[in-house]
Amino acid sequence: MFKLLRQSPISARFGMIMIVLTLILAIFAPLIAPYEETKVVGDVWEEFSSKFYLGTDHIGRDLFTRMVYGARNTIALAFFTTAMSFSLGVLFGFLAASVGGWLEQILSRVFDILMAFPTLIFCLMILSIVGASIPNLIITVAILDSTRVYRLARAVAMDIAVMEFVEAARLRGEGNWWIMRHELLPNALPPLVAEFGLRFCFVFLFIASLSFLGLGIQPPTADWGGMVRENAGAITFGIYTPLFPAGAIAFLTVGVNLVVDWFLHIASRLED
Amino acid sequence: MEDDKLLQIKDLVVEGLSDEKWQTLVNGISLTLKRGEVLGLIGESGAGKSTIGLAAMGYARQGCRIASGSIKLDKTELFNATPEYLRSIRGTKISYVAQSAAASFNPAHRVIKQYTEGPIRHGLMDSSQAEEEAIEIYDRLFLPNPEKIGFRYPHELSGGQLQRAMVAMAKSCQPDIIIFDEPTTALDVTTQIEVLAAIKEITEKMNKAALYITHDLAVVAQVAHRIMVLRHGSLVEEGNVREIIKNPQKQYTRDLLNVRNLRSEKSLAEKQDVILEIKDVEATYTGKEKVLQDINIRIKKGRTIALVGESGSGKSTLAKVITGLLPATHGKITFLGEELPLQLKHRDRDSLRKLQMIYQMPDTALNPRHTVRTVIGRPLEFYFGMKGKEVEDRTKELLEKIELNPDKYIDRYTTQLSGGEKQRVCIARALAAEPELIICDEITSALDQLVAEGVLKLLQNLQNELDVSYLFITHDLATVKAISDNIVIMLEGRVIEQGEKKEILSPPHHAYTDKLLGSIPEMDPDWLDNLLDERASIYLENPPNSLG
Repeated sequence: MFKLLRQSPISARFGMIMIVLTLILAIFAPLIAPYEETKVVGDVWEEFSSKFYLGTDHIGRDLFTRMVYGARNTIALAFFTTAMSFSLGVLFGFLAASVGGWLEQILSRVFDILMAFPTLIFCLMILSIVGASIPNLIITVAILDSTRVYRLARAVAMDIAVMEFVEAARLRGEGNWWIMRHELLPNALPPLVAEFGLRFCFVFLFIASLSFLGLGIQPPTADWGGMVRENAGAITFGIYTPLFPAGAIAFLTVGVNLVVDWFLHIASRLED
Repeated sequence: MEDDKLLQIKDLVVEGLSDEKWQTLVNGISLTLKRGEVLGLIGESGAGKSTIGLAAMGYARQGCRIASGSIKLDKTELFNATPEYLRSIRGTKISYVAQSAAASFNPAHRVIKQYTEGPIRHGLMDSSQAEEEAIEIYDRLFLPNPEKIGFRYPHELSGGQLQRAMVAMAKSCQPDIIIFDEPTTALDVTTQIEVLAAIKEITEKMNKAALYITHDLAVVAQVAHRIMVLRHGSLVEEGNVREIIKNPQKQYTRDLLNVRNLRSEKSLAEKQDVILEIKDVEATYTGKEKVLQDINIRIKKGRTIALVGESGSGKSTLAKVITGLLPATHGKITFLGEELPLQLKHRDRDSLRKLQMIYQMPDTALNPRHTVRTVIGRPLEFYFGMKGKEVEDRTKELLEKIELNPDKYIDRYTTQLSGGEKQRVCIARALAAEPELIICDEITSALDQLVAEGVLKLLQNLQNELDVSYLFITHDLATVKAISDNIVIMLEGRVIEQGEKKEILSPPHHAYTDKLLGSIPEMDPDWLDNLLDERASIYLENPPNSLG
């Protein structure tokens, strides 16, 4: 593992540094942040000063503090959601591809139905029924997002499932679970990882837009997407406040994708 | 006599880009080709045969370049010629027949349209003229129903017919030289003859020069006048066909020649235990059409049964039925005295263990993301519950059995192995289960001759040591002759003849067996001519309905 890290290209190292920095902010948020997450400490949209490193937001909370706590909420939320949507999508996609028959038909039709509704509207509907708590938010977004993962995982796995090494495993008497983990997964990993990097970023943009409609992360909890939205009005007055959370989103997105690119490179190099 | 030299290649060096470095693929090859002469290029894969063939047209594949040397076609230099010039000579002066006709034809156009494309494009003929000529050539190449066959789509023709249509296409613009790149490799022996006859017709009767590229010395002996033996991009030996076959100078050429020779006869000590019995088996894919009918086969312990037939005869389907991937619709399979459930999922682990399979394509039979350790270790864990050190020791032992250095290979990914090594690892995976019977489905057909020979020898040694039985599925009769004790011949989903090797190989045979056996090229330059004469005289007595 260390050897692999030492051989990593400069771009991947940058990516890793970017992710680690954000993670440190997120993990040690209470130690780093100078103020409390939701406390109003100054005037509206103050300039930056030695008192407020990044100025204050639209109701006078310290922006730096909010950014640090926001990292925590945003990353945790996006990570859990993406991880869950991938577990669901990959599990069902692989099941459909390796078992086939009626199971595949049922799964595919269920996912088709889920995909037939516009995601945002469907999500709004469900959240207004079950209530907009964070676990509900994660589960709902994860299920809706898993439809895309399902289709990708199933398509990739179908190509692999017809290979002779899978047939050889079946003839050996291996069960579907083993085949999925040992024969399908390692070969399907490159496209899935690329998709992971992409979906990870989409998820927190999606949650931001849900917050905008009042069903995402509820104020006063800080999250980057929400902070962009809350402070968006400031941009018309030439105030840079919303650029910080937006920049943070971009920063993490780029970091994640740099690492994903490197990972893809390693994964595909094995093939030649 | 200088005028006679149609193609002159001097000190040709072709390089390929690999790991960001230029590596030599063809190393200083010189050759000349006279009008009416056929030169055979022979060697194993990686010898640079195809690269030379393409270079003769002034072409290098993507990622390759012609680094130095001179290629003179009819006294014009092709090295560094302009793309426009090269385009103008391709088809009209020199043309190319690829290995897989099925992949070379555009499936969306009728065959004759693809024939006429060249002459029209080069402004030699209009389309009705070209069509007339196509029909005439189809007739000369023994294609059945020449007036109509061209108006079919490629998928409506058989592999052998397509390959002949491709040969016809290559001569559509009256080129001086035709390059044949393994034109019969993908075909059955019986179809191979038809294509070879067509090629002979073109080169001899129409006085064309040709480069014939192949890995099969017996095939090249039928069509070529001279042979160049190549290895790793360099010339091993060059000379007249008859001289090379009779009196090869170099060890490598001798090895290539020897591959076809019979290995020592195995002692046929009577062994009575039947380990697998197939009784009245029938199978179908669609539910209607039967792909297998009335199959009755018995396999004895420690013996090798060869299952022979052309593609489409149901050999591989039978393997699927035995393993349970395709449950038989009728009949009984008895394995080691117990009746096997017809479906894979109803079989118990122990009967799965005792029946192993090795595949045709080692590339797809091994998971590219597994190491050799995982591939061989898994059956050990799965069937015998071995763990840790035990697995490692046994894996190393198995690697030694298949003649691969354990320390060097155990942690390699399967993608880091050559074709022959992969096939050996597949054998080790099967052996790890300590099987009673191994089904070998065309296991040597994707391998080079000498590599295949090594794999067959290994199987032979393992059989002597472990007393395992093989069901050997193949269309290559040379392999059959070399390794089998019993032979089963299949045609259109039925067993048409079976018995001990000696009985089957000596007359009288079933008519089809006769045709199959007679179609194996022999290391004799006159073999094809004699065979064609012989068959022609039979046809004169009993004209067949169709030659296809």
